[in-house]
Amino acid sequence: MARTLITVPPSARRGEVIEIRTLIQHPMETGYRPGADGKVLARDLIRRFSCRYDDGSGSQLVFAAELYAAVAANPLISFHTVATASGTLTFTWEGDNGFMQSESVAIKVT
Amino acid sequence: MTRGLPLLMALGIISLSAAAAEPRKSGFEYMSPATQAMQKDDTQNPAMLWVKDGEALWNKADGGAGKSCASCHGDAAASMRGVAARHPAFDAGSGRPVNLTERINLCRQNRQQAKPHPPEHPELLSLASFVALQSRGQPIAPYRDARMAPFFSRGEQLFRQRIGQLDLSCAQCHDNNAGKRLAGNPIPQAHPTGYPLYRLEWQGVGSLQRRIRNCMSGVRAEPFAFHSGEMAELETYLASRAAGMPLDAPAVRP
Repeated sequence: MARTLITVPPSARRGEVIEIRTLIQHPMETGYRPGADGKVLARDLIRRFSCRYDDGSGSQLVFAAELYAAVAANPLISFHTVATASGTLTFTWEGDNGFMQSESVAIKVT
Repeated sequence: MTRGLPLLMALGIISLSAAAAEPRKSGFEYMSPATQAMQKDDTQNPAMLWVKDGEALWNKADGGAGKSCASCHGDAAASMRGVAARHPAFDAGSGRPVNLTERINLCRQNRQQAKPHPPEHPELLSLASFVALQSRGQPIAPYRDARMAPFFSRGEQLFRQRIGQLDLSCAQCHDNNAGKRLAGNPIPQAHPTGYPLYRLEWQGVGSLQRRIRNCMSGVRAEPFAFHSGEMAELETYLASRAAGMPLDAPAVRP
């Protein structure tokens, strides 16, 4: 499991614009670099990041991003959304070699 | 001529004292505002991922003794406060100063009866980042220990010794030309205030010794080995040189 750091305000007012930040530990190996032995290191990238939101009535996509080789290691992804109702935000990172990680954070909207 | 010489000497003394009076700057102050923002905000600082790893390791039992760091040291926020700022510190067993990662390895060997980690091992860097975070904002306060004195003076010698094919000493860049640019990048004053730190060039966290080895291969010298006696001497000198400056570990550097 890769280490993640997710920053979501624990509570927000309805209609408020909130900022969400995620960091994940990942090498983001481009597949273009030679290693110490001169052989090209195999590509190992996170290809897609998505954030889904579930307030009890089914989950819906809030934000998604495609990542490519030019993204640095340990990518930070920051985005804004509007707080509508209390529920759970689920963050998913998917990538090469079957990499897949999900983390959930609860948010309270008043 | 006879009147010119004392005048020149006086000028020399003035310029020397002017250099000494120049305020010391952490590498942080030479960074771009964007990189500074990355370090100042823990939600953006990627080194915090290592800190989180370190916190988990702090509480994890390891080795033949079945003990974790917390079994002896308890809450790191209290027990580790200021510890990173006091290293390198003299270790009687090794007969020389040891830095924070070497101290962690000694604890692993002697108390946990675990195998010491090799230099730059991710677990070692994570634990060191976590411990260093507990001293954030504390002034660097190396032990004033008589046993440290010979290591300090040898470290200063190493700092001023020309090395490598480029025939450069640390002092020639970091004392004489700090603030100027080398290949477009500002030359910092080489104060080790933020280690272990996340270096953008490394795309990861690394130690002061890794950074020193980078500089040494940069001047095309044979780098000192990790955890070697020379590294201990150099680190001892650098810590004394930066004494009183606040620790900002785990930092971000370009």
